[in-house]
Amino acid sequence: MVPNRTFFFFILPSALAMLIFIAIPIVSVAIQSLYVEHEKVLIAVQSCTPFGCTESVGVDDSATAKLRQEQPLGKFNGLGTYADRAHLAVAEVSDILGHNAGFWDAATRIYKLPFYRALVFTLAYALLVTPLAMALGFAIALAVNTVSPLLKGAVIFFSLLPMIVTPLIGSLMVYWMINADGVIGASLQALFNDPNLYLKASAPLTWIVLFAYGVWTNAPFSFIVFYAGLQTVPRDTLESSMVDGANRFERVRFVILPHLAPLATFVALVQLMDNFRVFEPIVGFNSQAHATSLSYSVFSDLNGQFSQLFGSAAATSMLTILGVLILLAPILLRTYREFSNKAAA
Amino acid sequence: MTAAESDLPGRRPAALIFATNAFVVLWLVAAAFPFLWTLWGSFKVEGDFFSRQSFFDAIFGAKTYLQTGSHFTLDGYYGAWVVNRLWRASLNTVVVTFCVTVISLTFGTLGGYALARSGRRYAFWLLMAALVFRAMPHITLVSGYLLPFFELNVWGVLPTAIIVLVAINQPFTLWMLHSFFLSIPKDLDESALIDGCTRFQAFRLVVVPVMWPGVVTTGLFSFLLGYNDFAVTSMLLSQDNQTMVPKLASFLGSIEETGKVMYAVAAVVSATAPIFAIVVVFQRQIVSGLTAGAVKG
Repeated sequence: MVPNRTFFFFILPSALAMLIFIAIPIVSVAIQSLYVEHEKVLIAVQSCTPFGCTESVGVDDSATAKLRQEQPLGKFNGLGTYADRAHLAVAEVSDILGHNAGFWDAATRIYKLPFYRALVFTLAYALLVTPLAMALGFAIALAVNTVSPLLKGAVIFFSLLPMIVTPLIGSLMVYWMINADGVIGASLQALFNDPNLYLKASAPLTWIVLFAYGVWTNAPFSFIVFYAGLQTVPRDTLESSMVDGANRFERVRFVILPHLAPLATFVALVQLMDNFRVFEPIVGFNSQAHATSLSYSVFSDLNGQFSQLFGSAAATSMLTILGVLILLAPILLRTYREFSNKAAA
Repeated sequence: MTAAESDLPGRRPAALIFATNAFVVLWLVAAAFPFLWTLWGSFKVEGDFFSRQSFFDAIFGAKTYLQTGSHFTLDGYYGAWVVNRLWRASLNTVVVTFCVTVISLTFGTLGGYALARSGRRYAFWLLMAALVFRAMPHITLVSGYLLPFFELNVWGVLPTAIIVLVAINQPFTLWMLHSFFLSIPKDLDESALIDGCTRFQAFRLVVVPVMWPGVVTTGLFSFLLGYNDFAVTSMLLSQDNQTMVPKLASFLGSIEETGKVMYAVAAVVSATAPIFAIVVVFQRQIVSGLTAGAVKG
């Protein structure tokens, strides 16, 4: 055991960095989410002409600037931002739930609200891309395991590229290819003989393209991990299963899959965390009209054309963090139980 | 005794062999094609890369020949590097990624070593906290930085982005190096302690000389995080201090109208080149880094 004092000095730089730039910012986000930007200070202006005076309302720029300077957080809004139309839209949702023409009508109307739109896409992306990419990665690992070493080397080399390429750059490359004038987009038009076919024209097609891109970037990680795992499958078990008459499919199902299950949990956890914050593909594909994510909503609030909406961004951030914690909860609970069992034993 | 399935007795049917090979080649093409296509196309003019008539134009460069007198052109690269001043952004990228990697590894080796050797309850809780921090979407953290950074007047400069990226990188670095130090036998540094070294001396004289394989692997991922980042650098750096990725994004908006897409294509290829080099040189370390965390736990 390392003495507490020594441990403290070793961990200090790392812990300090995480405290100041991860833990405190989360608190800062929580506080910001309770405030909202000042409205512009209005002032009655009297403009007089020889024919009389008229009163009009104008913006008092200096007073507005002064107010913003004095209270940069804005004015206190409580949980108002969370409830407003751009976030949980409490009033709108309860109205829709009260008056609707069936489930489908309610669902489509709720989907039109910005926060739910982003939430639905983010969840769909994380929950679909993760298992699909893992399945593809597993299939590649099984197949690569049986091909010649030369092909193996090439596959491992090129498989690393989609995974570690800068996400924004990878999505731009694919975006240009599926463009109506790009190689895939134009080929599909020719193939279906439909000059108006454009992969970004409708929401369903945009979703499919983004999911396909997600699988393309996520599959290599599963592939590499599962391929390494395959090398550790005990030969005895495989052989005895063959003696027992297991065919190829049964060997995969009853020997290899159980052996890889712990790895699969690990891969699923990592990929789920990463996919839940899907962001760069939305920017790269310029797809926010048809598909947008929670991270992208925060980004666009912060990147506003006229002003940065810190309160709104912070509220979406808090809701996103809540989502991450819900996704992580089962894993954290399990690790905690394992740890306390180990400590008790 | 372990073995790949291919070593086992039992013949595979020819159809299966064909199908697996075809599948592997298909994936190989899917993985590599976008890179090769964009690389090749970056030496063409826009009319070829986004060809309305036939994508053979993009391969042979028919319009490129008509417009420039050669089948290959460096116009895109000139536009990106000289006209749009990508060279400046690339210098910023070098500074940011170098500092992020070095500082991350310094903090990470100290912390990871302490966590691996501590064995106390709070070390476990720190690792759990790091796991939660690892899952935080970067953009949500950025929304917490902006207002305080404006107020403190530290927004827009490279050191701010560097220290933020170091912090965001710490959870992963700590986990990776923690599991690496667990694989170094405890007896090694404990015998140094018995010989009268302090903990830090034991770390410096005994552990540091044997830790480089783990540090190199972790360093690669720190480098990639710094290099690939878009959320932090695009929001925290001013126009002049932008690194390559946000710079690229910033001239995406303007190129669509002015017909300078090829600048962006050339910039994309330029920014991919270092990644490609990393894979060529460090393929083994990357693969071992990816599997290390997974196989151990």
